[in-house]
Amino acid sequence: MSAPARPTTPAATAPAGGSSAVPGSRRSRGRAPLRAVPALAVLVVLALVPYFVGPDETDILSRVLIFGLFAVSLDLLVGITGLPSLGHAAYFGVGAYTAGLVAEHWTPNAPVPVLVAAGAGAVAAVLTGWLVVRSDGVFFLMLTLAIGEITSQLALQLDDVTGGSDGLFGIPTFRIGGEPLRLEGYRYWYVLAVFVITFAAVWLISRSPFGLALRGIRDNEDRMRSLGYSPFRYKYVAYVLAGAFAGIAGGLFAQFNRIVNPSDAGFALSAITLLALVLGGAGSLWGPVIGMAVVVVVRDYYGPDLGGHGPLVLGIVFVIAVYVLPRGFAGLAGLGALRGRRRGAVSAHATDPDDPGSGAVPGTSSEERPA
Amino acid sequence: MTTPLLELRGVTRQFGALRAVDGVDLQVPPGARHALIGPNGAGKSTLFKLVTGSMPVTSGTVALDGSDITKLGEAQRARRGISQTLQHSSLFLSQTVERNVVMAAQRQPGGNRHSLVPRRQKATRDRARELLVDVGLERRSGALVSALSHGERRQLEVAVALACEPRLLLLDEPAAGMSPAESGRLVGLLKALPDTVTLVIVEHDLDVVFALATSVTVLHLGKLLLTGSPDEVRASTAVQEAYLGTGRESLFLDTDGPAGLDVSRSEQGVS
Ligand SMILES: Nc1ncnc2c1ncn2[C@@H]1O[C@H](COP(=O)(O)OP(=O)(O)OP(=O)(O)O)[C@@H](O)[C@H]1O
Ligand SMILES: [Mg+2]
Repeated sequence: MSAPARPTTPAATAPAGGSSAVPGSRRSRGRAPLRAVPALAVLVVLALVPYFVGPDETDILSRVLIFGLFAVSLDLLVGITGLPSLGHAAYFGVGAYTAGLVAEHWTPNAPVPVLVAAGAGAVAAVLTGWLVVRSDGVFFLMLTLAIGEITSQLALQLDDVTGGSDGLFGIPTFRIGGEPLRLEGYRYWYVLAVFVITFAAVWLISRSPFGLALRGIRDNEDRMRSLGYSPFRYKYVAYVLAGAFAGIAGGLFAQFNRIVNPSDAGFALSAITLLALVLGGAGSLWGPVIGMAVVVVVRDYYGPDLGGHGPLVLGIVFVIAVYVLPRGFAGLAGLGALRGRRRGAVSAHATDPDDPGSGAVPGTSSEERPA
Repeated sequence: MTTPLLELRGVTRQFGALRAVDGVDLQVPPGARHALIGPNGAGKSTLFKLVTGSMPVTSGTVALDGSDITKLGEAQRARRGISQTLQHSSLFLSQTVERNVVMAAQRQPGGNRHSLVPRRQKATRDRARELLVDVGLERRSGALVSALSHGERRQLEVAVALACEPRLLLLDEPAAGMSPAESGRLVGLLKALPDTVTLVIVEHDLDVVFALATSVTVLHLGKLLLTGSPDEVRASTAVQEAYLGTGRESLFLDTDGPAGLDVSRSEQGVS
């Protein structure tokens, strides 16, 4: 049975003569390098930023990257796999506390704290995901919400380890080869490096056959089952990966911020990150980073000037965004790339030209999912 | 005697008081081209779901190639080589045509579903394109499914089912809504399948049924009425009575299937 089910029909040989004539193959091949150009340009600009802006702005950008990375990890769950978690900050928190403790009691040398944080995020997701991923709909929302709350409660209660409501403070900052990174610019470059590596990993995963399967599960789980996939396994692996990536973001945060407290694992972070996903366009991976940039800049940079009205401003931005950009910032790019390609109502606002099903955070879209 | 590829024993499915499938015994030998026919509501689609495992049996057993699969889930059965097209289209509407096939093809043993290296994914894509050529959709491979016509979607369903490299292929009204040219092409494609693929087809278009099937099972009100060669089925008075009992003027007539078999035509078959 080495060659099963290979129909060699007369029909197969008659028209079009082989796969090289298939339209679309040429186009997609030519496009990949072209699409790398803007990505490289952005990377160069990001790398040069510390030369042109002040230390405060550099620090804000580091925050944008750290929380942006967290948004990317949530997007893997929400936008790609279709699991709208309300408690993803739990894994960010686990990573942050872990990295804080590692930096304090073991070594602040890069990349140890971040790697251990990734492992801790993954382990936490392995333990909790097994139950969470089996649940559906409202139960999924409730369970993830509970996990976020339980995690920040634990951080509060286990004060011998976590420092209770004070949290961990005075965490040693990043070190490379024993040298502490004292300048904002150096810290920023380290954060940028971790961000780029992690983002690339998530990107690769989302483009891989595994990522395609995740999208299939997002769109129609039953159908995937009939194709021989076990959705639970895929969702579980995605959940654990997302937990590990959130752990990395948390690990960066701990050594960058040098203070971690229970609210860093709480619902507020999950909520503003979901907001960033809606703003940026779920499923595109890069859109949520932009969304997070807006959130962080409003909250942390202009926040002090707004005298406590930061959340109000965010709320207004959110409402406007939902009206003006139904698929977020990424929807704008998706719109351009898809124009002239084809006209399906579903695709028109997709955040990712390669994934016309992307764009909506599950549960926030009024559009019906394909059945 | 060889083990039947598919063997049903006393398979029953109840919906409340309704026995949609009622004690069906059926053996399909390997390599068979088997048709399952019966009036609307006979339980054909339900029977398929019991075989694929998308719905559990109320009682009875399903065996594939001699091993009992009644307790296995749908995904496990699919991995053992059961593949299907559904009566109601079930495609990834927001993905391209090619990706719909890739989704199935990459799950197969040679399919690199865990590969992170794009180059290795090429084999799967090539395989998907071959299948699209086979069903006549090669020019649409980059289109979104939501932009396909009804007939094209049916063709794509067949390509997806074949991409699963099935041992047992269940097709639920694959030709419904196809143009005559499209269904002719489908018959050609199915006829050319190697006999490592066992085919069970539900179809109201009897031209398709009699062009393909070497054996036919008639289902009526959930019960197996008769299994036999196409000629025996055409000749059977029991079959005709069952259909006449439904009060229809013509047999097998489906609302969306123009080519129903009417009584006079089946009587011609007898004489
Ligand atoms: N999920 C369900 N719940 C309740 N009743 C159902 C369900 N599915 C099917 N039935 C009933 O079971 C009977 C058999 O349905 P089924 O779809 O298997 O018939 P069929 O032979 O495929 O008909 P058709 O030719 O119209 O496709 C019908 O009376 C139908 O109403
Ligand atoms: Mg049916």
